[in-house]
Amino acid sequence: MERVPILKIGDILLVSIQVDMSDQTAVQLQDDLAERIVATGCHGVIIDITALDIVDSFVGRMLSTIASISKVLDAETVVVGMRPAVAITLVELGLSLNGIRTALNVERGMELIAAAHADERELAFEDEPDTETTASS
Amino acid sequence: MTAGVDLGQPQAQAIRSDEDVVRVRQLVRTVSVAVKLSLVDQTKVVTAASELARNTLVYGGGGMVEVATVDNGRRRGVRIVFADSGPGIVDLDLALTDGYTTGGGLGLGLSGARRLVDEFDIQTAVGEGTRITVTKWSR
Repeated sequence: MERVPILKIGDILLVSIQVDMSDQTAVQLQDDLAERIVATGCHGVIIDITALDIVDSFVGRMLSTIASISKVLDAETVVVGMRPAVAITLVELGLSLNGIRTALNVERGMELIAAAHADERELAFEDEPDTETTASS
Repeated sequence: MTAGVDLGQPQAQAIRSDEDVVRVRQLVRTVSVAVKLSLVDQTKVVTAASELARNTLVYGGGGMVEVATVDNGRRRGVRIVFADSGPGIVDLDLALTDGYTTGGGLGLGLSGARRLVDEFDIQTAVGEGTRITVTKWSR
């Protein structure tokens, strides 16, 4: 069975799917990613599907599951590089990819993750009741 | 890869494992390119074939796929037959409903595949098996 490699770049795990995955390979990737998120503490996962010429219901479900798993593990998933023909086919197939963030390419995907992470930090600060003001005054 | 495929003859592929589903996708892709389907139509028919081949494996317990070119005088196309000797489908209308599944999937395989092709025929008998024929024509 082929295995899809997972690369770590800074705070992001990057997966570029370059093979026509068997269902087993897809499930393996799901498991591998969950482990790597926990092991590295990364806050973002980018899945590049530029090379995929189809996304069927199995792979679609895998992408949704990865997004859900990573959310639970405090990481944001962005799927990038979907081909136009794949997008058209997915919609006709009836797959909505609920809960999945998408971006046109890896660069925009990284921006999206950075922005989401920054928002979260801001929120975290807002939640703390005026500790900074009290400390400085 | 097109060179190795004799398009005059239907291509048969057994479905016994995950890897065979991948082979079916590749075979359908090769034939779709040869009959000059558009990129979107290639993507649709390969996706449909992937769903149906997986069904043959998961629900039918494995089976055979045959991929052939067809020609109606005006247009060319690709015709794919999926046959298994599995349990058959008890309630066909229900099985063709979006979101219905007995296998823990999304329930889009059969219904979604039907939307992605031009012609869709299904013959099924409980205890005997299922035979699905789909056709996609060039525009």
